[in-house]
Amino acid sequence: MPRPRAIGAFIAAWLSLSAPLVRADWRLNLPAPKSEMAARIYDIHTLILLVCLAIFVVVFGAMFYALFRHRKSAGHAARHFHENTSVEVIWTVIPFLILIGMAWPATKAVLDQKDTANPDLTVKVTGYQWKWEYDYLQDGVKFMSVLATPREQIENKAAKGKNYLLEVDEPLVVPVGKKVRILLTSNDVIHAWWVQELGVKQDAIPGFIRDTWFRADEIGTYRGQCAELCGKDHGFMPIVVEVKSEADYQAWLAGRKARLALAAADADKVFGVDELKARGEKIYAANCAACHQADGKGLPGVFPGLAGSRVATGPAAAHIDLVLRGKDGTAMAAYKDQLNDADLAAVLTYERTAWGNAADAVQPAHVKARRD
Amino acid sequence: MSTHTGGYYLPEPSHWPIVGSLAMLCGALGATLLIHGVTGGGWLLTAGGGALAVMLFGWFGRVIHESQSGYHNRQVDISFRWGMGWFIFSEVMFFAAFFGALFYGRAIAVPDLAGGDEARLLWPGYTGGWPTAGPGLEAAFTPMAPWGIPALNTLLLLSSGVTVTWAHWGLKRGRRGQLNLGLALTVALGLAFLGFQSYEYLHAYRDLGLTLGAGIYGATFFMLTGFHGLHVTIGSLMLMVILGRGLAGHFRPERHFAFEAVSWYWHFVDVVWLLLFFFVYWL
Amino acid sequence: MDAHATPAASVRHGPPTGPMRWLTTTNHKDIGTLYLWFAATMFLIGGLMAMLIRAELFQPGLQIVQPELFNQLTTLHGLIMIFGVIMPAFTGFANWQVPLMIGAPDMAFPRMNNWSFWLLPVAGGLLVGSMLLPGGGVAGGWTMYPPLFLQGGISYDLTIFAIHIMGASSIMGAINIATTILNMRAPGMTLMRMPLFVWTWLITAYLLIAVMPVLAGAVTMLLTDRNFGTHFFSAAGGGDPVMFQHIFWFFGHPEVYILILPAFGIISTVIPTFSRKPLFGYASMVYATASIAILSFMVWAHHMFTVGMPAAAQLFFMYATLLIAVPTGVKVFNWVATMWQGSISFETAMLFAIAFVCLFTIGGFSGLVLAMAPVDIQLHDTYYVVAHFHYVLVTGALFSIFAGIYYWLPKWTGHRVDETWGRWHFWLSAISVNLLFFPMHFLGLAGMPRRIPDYALQFADFNRIASIGGFVFGASQILLLIVILKCIRGGEKAPARAWEGAEGLEWTVASPAPYHTFVQPPEVK
Ligand code: HEA
Ligand code: HEA
Ligand code: HEC
Ligand code: CUA
Ligand SMILES: [Cu+2]
Repeated sequence: MPRPRAIGAFIAAWLSLSAPLVRADWRLNLPAPKSEMAARIYDIHTLILLVCLAIFVVVFGAMFYALFRHRKSAGHAARHFHENTSVEVIWTVIPFLILIGMAWPATKAVLDQKDTANPDLTVKVTGYQWKWEYDYLQDGVKFMSVLATPREQIENKAAKGKNYLLEVDEPLVVPVGKKVRILLTSNDVIHAWWVQELGVKQDAIPGFIRDTWFRADEIGTYRGQCAELCGKDHGFMPIVVEVKSEADYQAWLAGRKARLALAAADADKVFGVDELKARGEKIYAANCAACHQADGKGLPGVFPGLAGSRVATGPAAAHIDLVLRGKDGTAMAAYKDQLNDADLAAVLTYERTAWGNAADAVQPAHVKARRD
Repeated sequence: MSTHTGGYYLPEPSHWPIVGSLAMLCGALGATLLIHGVTGGGWLLTAGGGALAVMLFGWFGRVIHESQSGYHNRQVDISFRWGMGWFIFSEVMFFAAFFGALFYGRAIAVPDLAGGDEARLLWPGYTGGWPTAGPGLEAAFTPMAPWGIPALNTLLLLSSGVTVTWAHWGLKRGRRGQLNLGLALTVALGLAFLGFQSYEYLHAYRDLGLTLGAGIYGATFFMLTGFHGLHVTIGSLMLMVILGRGLAGHFRPERHFAFEAVSWYWHFVDVVWLLLFFFVYWL
Repeated sequence: MDAHATPAASVRHGPPTGPMRWLTTTNHKDIGTLYLWFAATMFLIGGLMAMLIRAELFQPGLQIVQPELFNQLTTLHGLIMIFGVIMPAFTGFANWQVPLMIGAPDMAFPRMNNWSFWLLPVAGGLLVGSMLLPGGGVAGGWTMYPPLFLQGGISYDLTIFAIHIMGASSIMGAINIATTILNMRAPGMTLMRMPLFVWTWLITAYLLIAVMPVLAGAVTMLLTDRNFGTHFFSAAGGGDPVMFQHIFWFFGHPEVYILILPAFGIISTVIPTFSRKPLFGYASMVYATASIAILSFMVWAHHMFTVGMPAAAQLFFMYATLLIAVPTGVKVFNWVATMWQGSISFETAMLFAIAFVCLFTIGGFSGLVLAMAPVDIQLHDTYYVVAHFHYVLVTGALFSIFAGIYYWLPKWTGHRVDETWGRWHFWLSAISVNLLFFPMHFLGLAGMPRRIPDYALQFADFNRIASIGGFVFGASQILLLIVILKCIRGGEKAPARAWEGAEGLEWTVASPAPYHTFVQPPEVK
């Protein structure tokens, strides 16, 4: 498909006069599509753009002609006509026909976009403030995916990496050429799961399931972002999809399953306090620090500090309950399905002992006992 | 005096609007603080409400005075008619939002929650249906039966529509007694309606477990009937004022728009009730 | 006709003086002035917030505002610009011009007119003041979607009440304007002889009265969900967060036409004046305006193509949205045809009107792109949408307000506008505004989400350009302020008909328009 390169280049040249360039990376259009649906969207967009451009040229060609030729300063005298039924009918009917022409390919695309039947693989995706959970329903594999860009880069204390803000610890992995159905929901507020090159965007509505699908054409890594305002860190919950060959995908899946078995064994162990604290610090950083802050001071008025908090230094049972079940009507989510017993024990112990807090440690068994 | 020479009555500068604005400021601040349990919120809200009442009293008093002094010509009268008509239209749209919520909840949200992937993955065992408190609440409640108090209330409001029209006939024929009796009956019916509705609410909270918190059914039930009840209250107050003015002999057979405005309002409240009865209680 | 212009001898009182004049006034011109200055003040506040947003987005990384504050700035910027700038400014125009244009002595309900205005500073004050509360101001976007909106603190409830008050103000204002138009036209001015500005405001008033109560209902449900245990928007109770979006956009889409129809009216007044030629296709303009208003109630879900509606619903809303291009196109063509074979001169008001026609159309075209459901899947909640609505709102609504100010300032102040300063204001604004918003199309296409305080590196260039454009555009508005102040304080005296080509009753009264006009209705032949 042709794209209006000339115009883009013209605008770019015009703009560049007024701004120092950071990188010569002028992306003027949708990215190169990597799925059939994305390609169709690309083409529909190009079509409309060209139609609009043509109309623009005709209409404003006429207008600027009039502005130039029918100037008062050029001595033009006004002609006092003010009605002409036939032109008015023409310029009502022609746009209408053009619109029908534009709606046709779009209609077909909508119908195909909505067709989620017969997937090869179904993944349930849950949005959390501010991370994604991927649950491979058929294989019992389930994990969280969190922003991997270090804080220092965001705060300008370190050079920004190539995939700044578009990198996660655990990407969604799917096989190439397979129809993947995504079942979307959310745990707290509305998020939206969006990977542009694959041509998918779908809101994740808490309490409801919405579905969409994609089929990646090429092996590779595709990056997207949460596209619905979901609170403070809305800008910091990227999506990464790794498309692998079928064999690589199967190998990845097997590795995942093995890790799952290991974690299950932890639940019955008794840990040393230091071991719990060290493990808890990491979990805290990944799950809690966004709100309660790394220094445990929280954000006054919005998120309570945990340093010296009555809950975090009080009886373990109440503390465990709060984190397991969250607090309704606030941003404090329930962690019972997000973290396993060992991880919860670790993060709770960390909270109870860090930043000058001096309460007793929590073991996985305690957490397990309070689960229901 | 003011510029009514050209025909159209133009009031002179007035302090009532700014009093009204300050009242709203106090009211909004007070309500917010009250909700968040800040001391003084309740007082501020009361002060705002009080000031608003004073403002309405003073403002309408002024308008009535102007009307009695003969400043309102035919064109002013027509303005009032347009104004009241548009106002009632805006009220219709306000109720439309809540009816929309009821229809949406019933026809789209609940069936969605009870069907397909939602029931399988998120809300196992939820079967939907109506009335419902939704899949995630413990609340067990009994819905309000239509053929007890609600039916009685329908009867009351419908008769009040008749009495107010009867009063209007009296007014148009210059029969002051019929006017005042009709108005008094209308007020009485309105108050009776409110009495029964209060009892119904009490019953709902005490015996049926039907509360604001009872899911989408409770929420739409109380918001719709509650806002309607509020409108009946306002309408009754307006009718009382009109009754007072009727007793004071304010209206003339050929010119009595204040009366008509209130009766339009009352009929509007009546129609809303019929929709409520049908969609909230009966269906 | 000039007899009507002199302050009628029958007017026995002058206005009270000092602040009480403005607090208690029942004069449509005073109230119009109040509305316009209120809008200007809010424009400064909302604009400064935008400057902070652009400064933070100047380069990647977090520099001057933290994410919570950024979201507050975005949200309040949106709310203030829409409810505090554009709507009050148009209402100010209506107050000044509608009675003058239809030959009425004042608005139908002058006292209520005062209340409509004085509720606005209350609402605006609560909104802006809420930023100072513990936890900061609202940060859920101007669209206020739950459940995010349910999470916030005390300022969220204050915002809800502010919207109630603002809504009450708009509804009263609209009832007043509609009644004035319907009942107070001078003898002989039939509906189809009314100036187009009056027509567009009549239809706008209708839209306002129809949808502001719906917004009030929507935020009331938010209030009870937040504080009184209802479950309108929570699945656990059988409610649905998406239901809010339906109700909100049932208000929200007509709202955007509330923000543009009066603009169409202003442009339809300015272009004929400076083309020295009557408006082309008056009747079709009226019908087009009415069609846009009717269609606007049937397209709301084009803001929700990604919530997962059934295909049939998506298609319906896509088709209905596309249809709006037809009547809007009629308007654009009529404007061009009005200029065609005219005798065009380029006063500042006309320059803004020409820029409006051209740039609004760009915004309309990007609207069409977004209306294509499959394409919207890619572009929803990206900077493409931000580009779209700033083209229709800034180079659309706001530019029409600028045009209107330049056009009617002589009538309001009695002095001619300083065209040199005006031209500087125009050219600086017109160039910088494109620098500001055009690159946002590219950002959106390339995948930059909206409402984010920090972004990936490939978006750096265009963001930097947009920010520079933004700073220049913001600074250029100081010129407007200067022009206005200069014009108020003095300058060449303007005659009653301040523009050679101007038509209409407002040009039959003296400049500045006397405090009371048309105390005896004029005869329209
Ligand atoms: C003044 C305000 C205004 C106006 C007039 C419009 C006008 C239009 N808007 Fe816009 N819109 C907004 C303000 C406005 N919008 C705002 C504020 C948002 C974002 C809200 C938010 O999320 O915060 C938004 C968002 C928005 C979306 C949702 C995007 C998304 O979030 O994903 C869509 C999608 O359909 C859309 C479409 C349109 C269309 C089709 C028009 C049409 O009316 C345009 C019609 C005009 C033309 C088409 C140009 C002239 C016509 C011709 C020259 C005729 C010939 C043309 C052809 C036949 C092609 N708008
Ligand atoms: C009419 C409405 C309007 C107007 C005029 C503007 C004007 C501007 N907007 Fe607007 N904007 C919105 C409506 C508007 N915006 C809406 C609805 C949103 C969405 C909010 C949301 O997502 O919830 C938004 C969001 C939005 C964003 C996206 C934020 C995000 O997604 O995170 C950005 C980013 O650049 C932005 C920038 C700007 C800029 C730079 C201007 C500039 O044009 C402003 C320049 C003006 C000034 C700097 C003021 C100067 C004034 C004076 C000097 C006084 C002059 C005195 C007189 C006139 C008498 N706006
Ligand atoms: C999205 C933001 C967010 C995240 C992430 C979060 N919390 Fe919270 N947390 C809150 C909020 C808000 C409250 C206050 C709730 C209230 O109003 O009582 C809170 C309260 C708490 C409290 C009670 C503090 C007190 O003194 O009242 C504890 C303990 C706590 N959180 C622990 C955690 C742990 C452990 C994690 C991570 C596993 C975590 N939180 C993650 C938002 C969050
Ligand atoms: Cu999640 Cu935005
Ligand atoms: Cu819209």
